[in-house]
Amino acid sequence: MIGTQGKRRVAGPLEYGRRMWVRLSLWATLAFLYAPIVILVAFSFNDSKRNIVWRGFTFKYYEKAWNNDALIEAFTNSLTIALVSTLISVILGMMTAVLLWRFRFPGKAPFEGSVSLPIIVPEICMGVAMMTFFADIGWPRDLPWPLNLGAITIAHISFSFPFVAMVVRARLTHFNPELEEAARDLGATQWRSFRDILVPYMRPGLMAGGLLAFTLSLDDFVITFFTSGPETVTFPVKVYSMIRFSVTPEVNAASTALIMITIVLTAIALRLQNRT
Amino acid sequence: MSANPPIITVNRVSKSFPGGVQALDRVSLEIAEGEFFALLGPSGCGKTTLLRILAGFETPSEGGIFIDGADMGRVPPNKRPVNMVFQSYAVFPHMTVAENVAYGLKVTGAERKQIPDMVDKALELVRLAGLGDRMPDRLSGGQRQRVALARALVKKPRVLLLDEPLSALDAKLREAMQMELVRLQDTVGITFVIVTHDQNEALSVADRIAVIDQGRLLQVASPAELYEYPESRFVADFIGKMNLFEGTNVGCEDGILSVLVNGLGRLDIPVTEMTNSDVGLAVRPEKMLLLDEHPGDAFLAFPASVDKLAYQGSETRVFLTNEKDVSFEVSVRNASRDSAANPFRGRMWVAWKHADTLILPD
Repeated sequence: MIGTQGKRRVAGPLEYGRRMWVRLSLWATLAFLYAPIVILVAFSFNDSKRNIVWRGFTFKYYEKAWNNDALIEAFTNSLTIALVSTLISVILGMMTAVLLWRFRFPGKAPFEGSVSLPIIVPEICMGVAMMTFFADIGWPRDLPWPLNLGAITIAHISFSFPFVAMVVRARLTHFNPELEEAARDLGATQWRSFRDILVPYMRPGLMAGGLLAFTLSLDDFVITFFTSGPETVTFPVKVYSMIRFSVTPEVNAASTALIMITIVLTAIALRLQNRT
Repeated sequence: MSANPPIITVNRVSKSFPGGVQALDRVSLEIAEGEFFALLGPSGCGKTTLLRILAGFETPSEGGIFIDGADMGRVPPNKRPVNMVFQSYAVFPHMTVAENVAYGLKVTGAERKQIPDMVDKALELVRLAGLGDRMPDRLSGGQRQRVALARALVKKPRVLLLDEPLSALDAKLREAMQMELVRLQDTVGITFVIVTHDQNEALSVADRIAVIDQGRLLQVASPAELYEYPESRFVADFIGKMNLFEGTNVGCEDGILSVLVNGLGRLDIPVTEMTNSDVGLAVRPEKMLLLDEHPGDAFLAFPASVDKLAYQGSETRVFLTNEKDVSFEVSVRNASRDSAANPFRGRMWVAWKHADTLILPD
């Protein structure tokens, strides 16, 4: 009777799963992290105008959110900004990382510090700074879509590319420089060896950094709030303004959709990363 | 021009790195077409720097490099007629074996249709036929090494540079790869330049060896010449084992050099060159004999007592000292099974022929 024997046996030193307090803290952590999200998702299916009591299952708030033109517009804006700022952040971040990894130049240490500054500076300060900056240089406010998203996109790039740079820079420390030399030795030009050897090596870092930049941009509220105008409402800003009227399951539905999109994109990115 | 013009000429090359490290100090040498040439020295002696200068990854601070008669001064690595096998092999991890080998052909615009054929031939040459579709992380160290070799050889370089290519392999595999390198070089007929800190490796693969220490070129010679006629204490000591006795020159007349060695007394040695400076006397352990009686005038012989034996299979190393505390190391070949139960104990004569005494100038 192995089963009963197993129950009486004292837990081994590495069998953390069999210790009561470890299991407890595990479940507590999971609850702490995910309970609010689970409730948010659950109540998006609640057949009630208010978000407090469960009244039955329905999809109608998804339908309502789908038909809310302002919400969809905000959503489109958010996705557009996120895509463009991610693309530029990845390129800029990669270039910064390679610069910091490969070259020695006067003032490198202060430069390296200043790159990570946008990560440290409180978001609210960044927001105010961005707002006054765009006002002072007279950034045009009445451009047609999607050019009117320029200011927000630039603001997003400025706080997300340092993340890309840091992730890629960390990966480059383990790069064997002989790989690039081997490519050069075999006849590749500098550009060719960068493209064929270094970029493939950085790819996982670029993916991770890009994913980070994308999610940062998609859900940024503070900095966006200060740089957006009435024509350029993004999803988080729109949700905020909806909540100020009332917390309806429609907000839940839209948020659930956003969570789904990020999960799917992350899964795709991880899949792409594992394939190489 | 002679029959074998130098394919590489190194002309008074110096290299100093920022921070004042002098890696190379006025090194000049010539490597002939088709040679298997070794750069040998302890780690940090500058041999790898010289190889990297040949490949174009470092530029000399002074002096020049000529490959195939052309000044390489401003020629970037990708335009030089040399290819390199790196110490880490530097096999591209994101490409298959075949893609690795094809890479150098692809970037230099080889005829696309011919590439697969050339790749197959190169893989066959290094005995990796059939592994073209493997990813490098599924290969052993020895196989990765072969990929690096194939990748360089497929470019048909004028010179193949090898940077400590065997240092990461275990002893048995290393010996096999040494023979493999010699076979390869025979087959392709390309000049090989190998960097190594392992004197056995240099002796067994190279046609000629350059010994480098602290950035200076000490001696360039064939393996046998280097072993039997080292020109300096460093070379004598670095290559193989050596008994070295420092002596005072007390006179040199009629082809006889008289040397006073502390603890051994006055030795008279026939020489061909006269010298007035103090000298070191050096004798290889295997040139020494252990005898019960003095062997006669053709030999130098000293009584000493056996301290320690180190049995090493093919030979036994015998360590002796005389009453004045001069120590000898003698190596005795275990020519038959009986020699394993060797008779070396107590007091014996350590003897060697006059002619086996090396005279090293101060």
